[in-house]
Amino acid sequence: MKVIKIDKAKWNDGLEALNGSYSLFGPVKQNECYEFKKLDKDEQLDLSGLNTRMSAKGLIYPHTEAMFTYTLDEGEENHHIMQPADKDYSPRAVIGIRPCDADAFLLVQRNFDTPDYKDPYWIQAYEATTFVGLACNNPCRSCFCTSAGSGPFHEAGLDVLVVDAGDYFLAKAITEKGEALLKVTGWDNELDSDTAEKEIAALKNDAEAKISSTILTDNLKEMPITAVYDAPFWEDVAFACINCGTCTYVCPTCWCFDIQDEVHGTSGTRMRNWDSCMFPLFTLHGSGHNPRGEKVQRVRQRFMHKLKYYVDKYGDGIQCVGCGRCVRACPVNIDIRKVCDLMNNYDEATCAAQ
Amino acid sequence: MQNPYLPYPVRIDEIITETEDRNLKTFKFVFLNDGDEEKFSYQAGQFAELSIAGKGEIPIGIASSPTEKGFVMFTVNKVGLVSTFLHNMKMGDIMGIRGPLGNYYPWDALEGKNVVIIGGGFAFTTLRSSIVYMLDPANRSKFGDIHVIYGARSPGMLLYRNELAEWEARDDINVHITVDATDDPDWKYNVGFVPTITEQKAPPADENTYAIICGPPVMIKFTQPVLDKQGYKHDHIIMSLENRMKCGIGMCGHCNVGKEFVCKDGPVFTLAQLSHIPKEY
Repeated sequence: MKVIKIDKAKWNDGLEALNGSYSLFGPVKQNECYEFKKLDKDEQLDLSGLNTRMSAKGLIYPHTEAMFTYTLDEGEENHHIMQPADKDYSPRAVIGIRPCDADAFLLVQRNFDTPDYKDPYWIQAYEATTFVGLACNNPCRSCFCTSAGSGPFHEAGLDVLVVDAGDYFLAKAITEKGEALLKVTGWDNELDSDTAEKEIAALKNDAEAKISSTILTDNLKEMPITAVYDAPFWEDVAFACINCGTCTYVCPTCWCFDIQDEVHGTSGTRMRNWDSCMFPLFTLHGSGHNPRGEKVQRVRQRFMHKLKYYVDKYGDGIQCVGCGRCVRACPVNIDIRKVCDLMNNYDEATCAAQ
Repeated sequence: MQNPYLPYPVRIDEIITETEDRNLKTFKFVFLNDGDEEKFSYQAGQFAELSIAGKGEIPIGIASSPTEKGFVMFTVNKVGLVSTFLHNMKMGDIMGIRGPLGNYYPWDALEGKNVVIIGGGFAFTTLRSSIVYMLDPANRSKFGDIHVIYGARSPGMLLYRNELAEWEARDDINVHITVDATDDPDWKYNVGFVPTITEQKAPPADENTYAIICGPPVMIKFTQPVLDKQGYKHDHIIMSLENRMKCGIGMCGHCNVGKEFVCKDGPVFTLAQLSHIPKEY
């Protein structure tokens, strides 16, 4: 695919050119952290941060989102009947998303876009979006993307990959959607693609070499679910957990949600909100019975889902891209890399013999 | 794109108080829009989300049979916010139904087989659907012997009492009704817990006999050893699970047991399948 060289002085001009055709989203610095937000006109994104505190998932799958509206006023037509909520699925572009976060959408897509059911909210938002990713020349210390099926220059899930080559950017179109966006920017210094690819490959090798943190996942698929579920290490893993749910909140691949009705006067909205398997209410039955009433059951659920159930269900790796957010954000230092090691190294026969 | 979260609008057409504690009511719904009843084409064993504007949704097994036309029926226990509100609604009120959801009892595999239905308490709803379905003149010849063992705490806690009496009088179905205890001198059926009655009345196991079992955890816990003793193989014991649910279509993540979702991959599983699944239900 074609590669365009962008003089850094012309970067903002290109983004401004997008303004009429796309709503722009990108990282900005808020207090001490970088977060994604919709850019107001004349507002500039800030690519100097390593990665945003929250993942980019909220851009496609908002923290809270209206599904339907209705009226409870019996004098009105169609009272008590759900009406589609107003939605805006006009084209949008996310600039500066890191490759791991874009890749995460592909893992989540398997949940929302299935042969049996289509989630119209997730799918329409995703289809409306063009992802312009920024390759990571200097990954964080807690990143383990290369062994989690992703990488600092990983292209899957991106429409354009932008590489910071020092004095200039290299923008590689990956999909037709990406090529269409690049046309609108007006950046037109197309390079010979072989030379450009070589330059990108060299930077990629440097970046991958900087990632020192890795996980092993090769045994996960073969072990029986019930064996690793009954492994003796879960009490230790869960011991310090305070069930705050931060790990699921910052995770780009956690997709669980709750559905709630909210009423003001006689007008109501059916909403969906992110939910978390870390909370006891998540599984509480009406009878009072709770299949995951204990903390250890909930901690196990989170890791089993990401590292075993997902692996078995889709047969294409773990439900994690190695962004490291849960490792950095956990208040009690629970580390998915260590848990993954425990699971991957677990040998039922050896443990039973001890 | 079709929105799987959008309920069909329905009107409450009839409300029947089923039990003496008044905690179980049966609701019959009719669809407001032409064509929705056909779209809501279901099989016995499936469930639906009952949707009340302003309150939320609850997953409830479908108690009517696919052979009954013109309405759909659900029996609801009063436990939480939505079910309590529903119990106070009246005929003519407008609400919604989303579904049908989940899998169903394996009707193709059951064809030509003997079926033993074992139920307890208010978990008799999709079993009622199944019995009505099998007894339909168009279907009865597809099945061998049909046994039903159904128990409740007391005579007044049995669901669908009129129908039970009708089935009891028929000769193409063997109905064994039981109660844990009663001081009613006119009670003419069994007294005893479901596992005990199962031991006495269930036909011996063979390759052509399947058990469908649905009830409170304590009933299942003590009935399973009885079926084991009688030689029922675990792939011949069919169960229906419950878990907290929201979406009903396998997306929201609430009801998983291992890699399966009770709402989409279930609620019907064989005991053989459940032996490979964490017991988080």
